[in-house]
Amino acid sequence: MRPSTSHLRDLVGKRDFYAGGLMLLLGLGIALKGATYRPGTLMHMGPGFFPTALGVLLVILGITIAATALASSAESAEHGESILPEHPQWWGWFCILMSPVLFIFFGRYFGMAPGTFACVTIAACGDKQATWKSTIILATVVTVFGVGLFSYFLQVPMPIFTWWGSQ
Amino acid sequence: MIGQSLTDLMYGFGVALEPHNLMFCFLGVIVGNMVGVLPGMGPLATISILLPLTFGMKPVAAILMLGGVMYGAQYGGAICSILLNLPCHPPHAVTCLDGFPMTKQGRGGVALGLTVFASFVGASWGITEMIFLSPLLVRAALQFGPAEVCSLMLLGLLAGSTLARGSPIKGVSMTVLGLFLGSIGTDLETGSERYTFGMTELDDGIELIALALGLFGIAEFMTSINQVAPITGKYTNVSLKDMRPTMAEFKRSIFPMFRGTIIGSLCSLIPGTGPTIASFVAYATEKKISKTPEKFGTGMIEGVVCPEAATHSSVQGDFIPTMSLGIPGDAVMALLLGALMIQGIVPGPQLISQHADIFWGLVASFWIGNILLVLLNVPLIGIWVKMLAIPYRYLYPSAMFFVCIGVYAANNDFFQVGEVVAIGTFGYILLRLGFHPAPILLGFVLGPRFEENFRRALLISRGDLGVFVERPISAVFVGMCVILIGSQIYFRLKGSKPPIEPSLHPHETNAAPITAEMRTPAE
Repeated sequence: MRPSTSHLRDLVGKRDFYAGGLMLLLGLGIALKGATYRPGTLMHMGPGFFPTALGVLLVILGITIAATALASSAESAEHGESILPEHPQWWGWFCILMSPVLFIFFGRYFGMAPGTFACVTIAACGDKQATWKSTIILATVVTVFGVGLFSYFLQVPMPIFTWWGSQ
Repeated sequence: MIGQSLTDLMYGFGVALEPHNLMFCFLGVIVGNMVGVLPGMGPLATISILLPLTFGMKPVAAILMLGGVMYGAQYGGAICSILLNLPCHPPHAVTCLDGFPMTKQGRGGVALGLTVFASFVGASWGITEMIFLSPLLVRAALQFGPAEVCSLMLLGLLAGSTLARGSPIKGVSMTVLGLFLGSIGTDLETGSERYTFGMTELDDGIELIALALGLFGIAEFMTSINQVAPITGKYTNVSLKDMRPTMAEFKRSIFPMFRGTIIGSLCSLIPGTGPTIASFVAYATEKKISKTPEKFGTGMIEGVVCPEAATHSSVQGDFIPTMSLGIPGDAVMALLLGALMIQGIVPGPQLISQHADIFWGLVASFWIGNILLVLLNVPLIGIWVKMLAIPYRYLYPSAMFFVCIGVYAANNDFFQVGEVVAIGTFGYILLRLGFHPAPILLGFVLGPRFEENFRRALLISRGDLGVFVERPISAVFVGMCVILIGSQIYFRLKGSKPPIEPSLHPHETNAAPITAEMRTPAE
């Protein structure tokens, strides 16, 4: 038998414990917010009934997942996968998430072509092997094809070039 | 009845062969095949990325094209798994087991050639099944009241989430989360806003495209970035004449092909058991029947054709509940159904009669599309093989652009591009916590209709929950749900999973590196 402190550390390191916790919190949030809407009766349900029920269900599921993690502590070696991957790619993740953000900004204020260019450039920067040259070439090619396809062929109503959103 | 179906089928061919529709079917197949070949792009990612291209089209053309994209992507995935040992889509995991050893022996071409043929056989049977079973199912489904629809949906949701890969409890949690996400926005009956937090952009709910691209696009790219090993082009020299099997090989694969087809179609009849389970069962069966089971894993052609035939026959079979009842069996079907809903078509048993052109056109286009695929895959194999060599660092930035513009094009709204960032981040966290996000999509698509029918059923029964077990048909569905949950608990307590997954374990040593989409299977 291991001492209880390492048992506790085992538990905190467990992925399923957090997974259950996340579901529990989400369910709580959903249920509490749902309770502010009119629940109505079973016969005449209000808007709050269904989501609140789902929230409660999620809380129960979350507790079950976390409890399973507790119960299976013996085989923690098998379930010992950590939450962060082996090599966290913070820069890569940042670049991928920034890509739509830049698309929104440049697309909104400068048009489709700058938006596309910015979106592809920042995404490509996330890869470790990317060079400036390859990034610029890739962004240019995607911009030309993308604008051709979506603006001319599919007629997405977004100006190709604009200045500060003046249409 | 049969005569009626055949007449309708002829009508369907008329629709599908209209030059306009034929062109989009062709386009869908070729683009789907092309994108599907790319490593890391399974059918879910491919369909969600290409979905925005269909916004401007008529519903028939759009669904024909998306259908083409779907099975094109599946054929493409087979190429990827046989030549590179990279299963982009979970059903192909077993194809790798014997397909890749064949490639190493220089017989990859033969494996590909017979795969194309086996897929065609499997798909043809699935389509035939669809032609004759769907109208029967519709006739039964038209008798359904809200209580029956509701408990049938419950069964579909439960089966879809518990029988898929991974932990059943986690699967159910994802489904519940999906149902909740579907309820965001204006409540259909009372018109009051739910969970919008004052953002008027959320009044119409979360956009399906944003959800799909966030979960299967951005979250996937975050998993794969800087993790994808460069692909060795060592085995990828396949030319047309390599694909021709010898007579002996052909003879060896005929029976496995038919067995796979039957297994696939049986699996598609059980709700929730989609192509993944079908292919696993097919492989296990083939191994059991074989006189030389020990040779499996070393390049047996039977181990390639049988699961491939099963996959394709079961995918076609999955269309039956999707189109005739409006209840999709897995996330791929949910996405296609969502695409129909974007086009303003209400899914359900009335779809076949009200939109006969869509249903029968789709059925006919499956056949046309599958023939096109056979014709395309044989001469174009060289091009597909070259596409395998596109490095990931060019792939995902381009795909990011498609994600952004695709979400924008859904409603010409930048807010939804922001949604995709939030959903993508959340999806990645879920992936890291060991959840498979695919059931979210299932719950999301079915959610609003589930709630509506639930409310209506209870309104009719004057608030009596007993209505779900008092009506006989509904009681059967509820009973099946109980059996499903009961068996899951039983397997859990017994400490073993349902007997499908262990069959793979002896081969784990030569199994493929798990790619991104393996972790979010389409089921």
